[in-house]
Amino acid sequence: MSTDLNRTSGRVKFAAGGARSATLASLERQPGGQVLRNRLFLGLLVIAVSIAMVGLAAILIDAFIKGQGRLSFDLLTKSTSANAERAGFREAIVGTAYLMGLVVLMTVPVGVSAAIYLEEYARRDRWWNRLIELNIQNLAAVPAIIYGILGLAFIARGPIGIGTVLFAGAITLTLLVLPTVIIASREAVRAVPPSIREGSLALGATQWQTIWRQVLPAATPGILTGVILAVSRALGEAAPLLLLGASTFVTFLPNLFEGGFTALPVLIYNYARRAQEGMPEVAAAGIIIMLAVLLLMNSFAIWLRNRFEQKW
Amino acid sequence: MALQDSGALEAAGLPARRLEADSRRYGEKAIKVFLTLCAVLSVITTTAIVVSLLGPAIGFFREVPLTEFFGSTQWFPSQAFFGVLPLVVGTLNVVLWSMVFAIPIGLGAAIYLSEYAPRRVRKVVKPMLEVLAGIPTVAIGFFGFYFLIPLLRDIWPGRFLGGPPGAFMAGAAALCVGLMIVPIITSISEDAMSSVPAGLREGAYALGASKMRVALRVVVPAALSGIVASVVLGISRAIGETMIVLMVAGNRPNISMNPVEIVQAMTSYIGVTATGDIATGTVEYQTIFAVGVLLFAMTLVMNLISIRFVRRFREVYE
Repeated sequence: MSTDLNRTSGRVKFAAGGARSATLASLERQPGGQVLRNRLFLGLLVIAVSIAMVGLAAILIDAFIKGQGRLSFDLLTKSTSANAERAGFREAIVGTAYLMGLVVLMTVPVGVSAAIYLEEYARRDRWWNRLIELNIQNLAAVPAIIYGILGLAFIARGPIGIGTVLFAGAITLTLLVLPTVIIASREAVRAVPPSIREGSLALGATQWQTIWRQVLPAATPGILTGVILAVSRALGEAAPLLLLGASTFVTFLPNLFEGGFTALPVLIYNYARRAQEGMPEVAAAGIIIMLAVLLLMNSFAIWLRNRFEQKW
Repeated sequence: MALQDSGALEAAGLPARRLEADSRRYGEKAIKVFLTLCAVLSVITTTAIVVSLLGPAIGFFREVPLTEFFGSTQWFPSQAFFGVLPLVVGTLNVVLWSMVFAIPIGLGAAIYLSEYAPRRVRKVVKPMLEVLAGIPTVAIGFFGFYFLIPLLRDIWPGRFLGGPPGAFMAGAAALCVGLMIVPIITSISEDAMSSVPAGLREGAYALGASKMRVALRVVVPAALSGIVASVVLGISRAIGETMIVLMVAGNRPNISMNPVEIVQAMTSYIGVTATGDIATGTVEYQTIFAVGVLLFAMTLVMNLISIRFVRRFREVYE
C-alpha cells in the first residue's frame, strides 16, 4: 500500500515537473525583437543611473584633486585674505560654527513643537490646520534666495532691524530649514504607534504627559536624523547669506550682534570667483573641508537611524 | 488623539461621564498654546516674506509701469531700462536644458531602482544618491566653472554647433543644475513607483507582458502623479537655484535659449545686485524685490502643483 502511494507520488512529481518546464519554455519563447528591446531598455536604465552617479562623484573628485595640494591645518587657522598664499578660513569656520549652533538652538524647540501640534493636537477638519500644513509644504520649497530677501528686508533692516550681523544670518537660516525639520519630525512622531498613546492615556496620564514621556522619547532618533540633515543643508547654503552682507572680506572673528560676518560656503564662493593664481585651489580646499564636515554629519545621521530604528 | 465626547454614551442610555480631569490643568493648556504658536510661526514667515517682497515692489511699480516691466526687452537698471524679459528667459534657458538632462536620467534611475535593481544594489545606490543630494550648490558651481566649462571648450565640435563657448555658459550651468535635481526626481519618483501595488505588476505578468512593458505601461502610468510631482518640484528648485547660475551661467542679461550663450537668471541678478553697493530706497535697490516677487510667484505655482500631485498618489495607494 505504502509503496504504491510512493510510486504514485513520484509519478505525479515527475509529471508536474515536466509540465512546469514545458510551460516555462513556452513562456521564455518570446519574439526575438522583444528580447533585444528589453535588453536595450535595461541598458539605457543602467546608463542613466551610471551618469547620475558618475556626475555626482566627479564633483567630489574634482574638488579633491584641485584642493588637496592646499589642504593643511594652516588653512583652518589662517585669516581671510585676498592673497592666495596667505588665505585661510579661520573667520568663516568660526562664523559657520556659530551659525550652526544658533540654528540648532532655535530650530529644534520650534520645529518639534510645531510637529507635535500638527500630529497630536490639530484636527484635520479645521481649515486653519490644513492651511498651516499646506503653508509648511510650500515653505520647504521656497528658493533660498527669497529667504535672503526676507532676512535683508525684515530682519537686518525693516521691522526687526538688527543690522547685517551674524544673528540675522542665524535667524534667516533657521526660517529656511524650519519647514524641513517640521516635516521630518512629523514623520517621526507619526511613526509612533497609537497603541502606545492609548496605553498611556488609559493609565491616567494626561495628553501632555503621554507626549512628553512616551511619544517624544520614541520619536527622538527620527527627529534627530531630520535635524542633522536640515542643519547640513543650512551649512552649505550660501545664497541667503550673500544678501546679508556675508560676502565682504572679514578678518576678525564674528560677534553675534555687531559687525560683519562670513561663513564657509560664502567665503568659498568669494575665493572661487577671484582670478588670481592659486585662488581656485584655496576654494577647492575649502570645499573639501565643508564636504568633510557634511559627510561626518550625514554618516552620524545614518548611524543614528540604523542604531535606534524601532520596528513596532 | 483627543478623547471622544460622551454623546455616544448618552445616546445609548448610559449616564454621561466626562473623561476630562476635574482640575482645569492650566499647564496643559499653556503648552498647547505654545505648540500652536510654533506652528503658526510658519504662517507668519510666509506673511513676512510676502510683506517684505511686496512693500518695496509696490514702490518699484509706482516708478516703473507694469507694461514696461513685462513688455520691454531691455534690462539695464542702472540706465533705467526695466524690462524683466531677459532675466526670465535666462532662467528658462537654464531650467529647460537642465530638465532635458535631468528628466530622462532621473526617471531612468528611478525605474531601474524600483523595478530592476537587485536589493543589494538598491541598498547602496539609494542612500548614496540621497547623500549626494546634499552637496552644497557652491561646490557644484565650482565644478561647473573650473571643470565642466574648460572640458566643454576642449571637446566642442565647433563645426556642428557654432562657435566654442566662452568663459561662462548657460548649458554648463544647466548640466550642473540637472545634476543637483536628478536625486530629487529619482527619490520622489522611486517612492511613487515602489508604492504601486505588486498585484498590478503580477496581473500584467500573468497576461504575458515583458518586464519592460510592465515598467512602462503599468508602473509608470500608475505612479504618474508622483512622477509629475517630482518633475515639477525639480523645476521649482531649478528656478530658485542661485549659486550655480551665478558662478557658471554668467551675468549678462540676454534673450536667448541657446545653451552656449551667457545669460543672467533672475536669482543671479538678485545675488549680484544685493552684494553690490546700492543705496536703500533707490529704484535700483527696489528691482531686487520686483524680481523677487516674480521669482516667488513662479515657484509658488510650481510648488502648489507639485503638492497637489504628491497628495494624489499618496491617497491612491497608501
